[in-house]
Amino acid sequence: MALDARDRQILELLWEAGDLTSVALAERLGLSQSAVSRRMARLEKAGVLGPREAVLDREKLGLGVTVHLGVKLAARGGTSHVEFERVLAAIPEVQHVQHVLGRYDYRIEVVARDIADFERVLRRRIMALPGLGEVEANVVMWREERPGPLGRA
Amino acid sequence: MAGMIDETDRRVLRALQRRPDGTTAELAALAGVAPSTFWRRLGRLRRRGVIRGFRRRVNWRALGWGVEVSLRFSLDKTRPGSIDRFLAAAREIPEVVEIATYLGRVDARLHVIARDMAHYKEIYHRRLLSLPHVSEIEALMVVAEVERVRVLPV
Repeated sequence: MALDARDRQILELLWEAGDLTSVALAERLGLSQSAVSRRMARLEKAGVLGPREAVLDREKLGLGVTVHLGVKLAARGGTSHVEFERVLAAIPEVQHVQHVLGRYDYRIEVVARDIADFERVLRRRIMALPGLGEVEANVVMWREERPGPLGRA
Repeated sequence: MAGMIDETDRRVLRALQRRPDGTTAELAALAGVAPSTFWRRLGRLRRRGVIRGFRRRVNWRALGWGVEVSLRFSLDKTRPGSIDRFLAAAREIPEVVEIATYLGRVDARLHVIARDMAHYKEIYHRRLLSLPHVSEIEALMVVAEVERVRVLPV
């Protein structure tokens, strides 16, 4: 779908503050509430505007460690990706999984209370995954998300 | 820090993560608390910064941006301030949607989106290759988003 300047503003504002109501958006953009609601419905229907997500402070929840894993499946052993992904999905500490092409097969984000807790997750859960080959773990120091190229969409 | 959250807070946060679009009544029922309790706890969690806010993401694939690449950068750390300068330059590239820095071997990772491979090639040559203090780049092409739960085990 094609976006106009108003759509981009709506997407940008909702990326910053996903709990803004159509009334608040209408006020900020100088549009009528019905115009904003109509645009939001169109963006939702096209799958462009994602659902509302709560952004939680991991450290304040006692989850002080985030680790990004690069995982390569074993060349032999014949474990399917389906089976690997099924077992992975059942690990509560796993937050995000991407199937990738390149040096690894998967990128996985894991949260833990601290390094000792991460070691437990790594040993008992990750290392026990079927068909696992090589694993590289990188402890995240800093992570930020960006709104993306809305001006060019 | 974990001590500032009690069991009722955890139930509120679990409900909120499971169904962030739910009404207060629905979420309170899911958490097994009265709506007034849910509302009060939600306000307190926001004031304390446990809930930083809410976000609605843009689905770039739905806008026709079909390419997603995760790039790892090794940085030359012999120069002071090299990481800060690298990060500042990366933030100037609109197609960068996520930035992470690490302890250990990989120094930084940028998540980059593009309309197609030709567009990605252009971003790579014009913007990514000219980032400062880079000694090595390795790319992983995202084939599929397998799971994006982002439901913290609270």
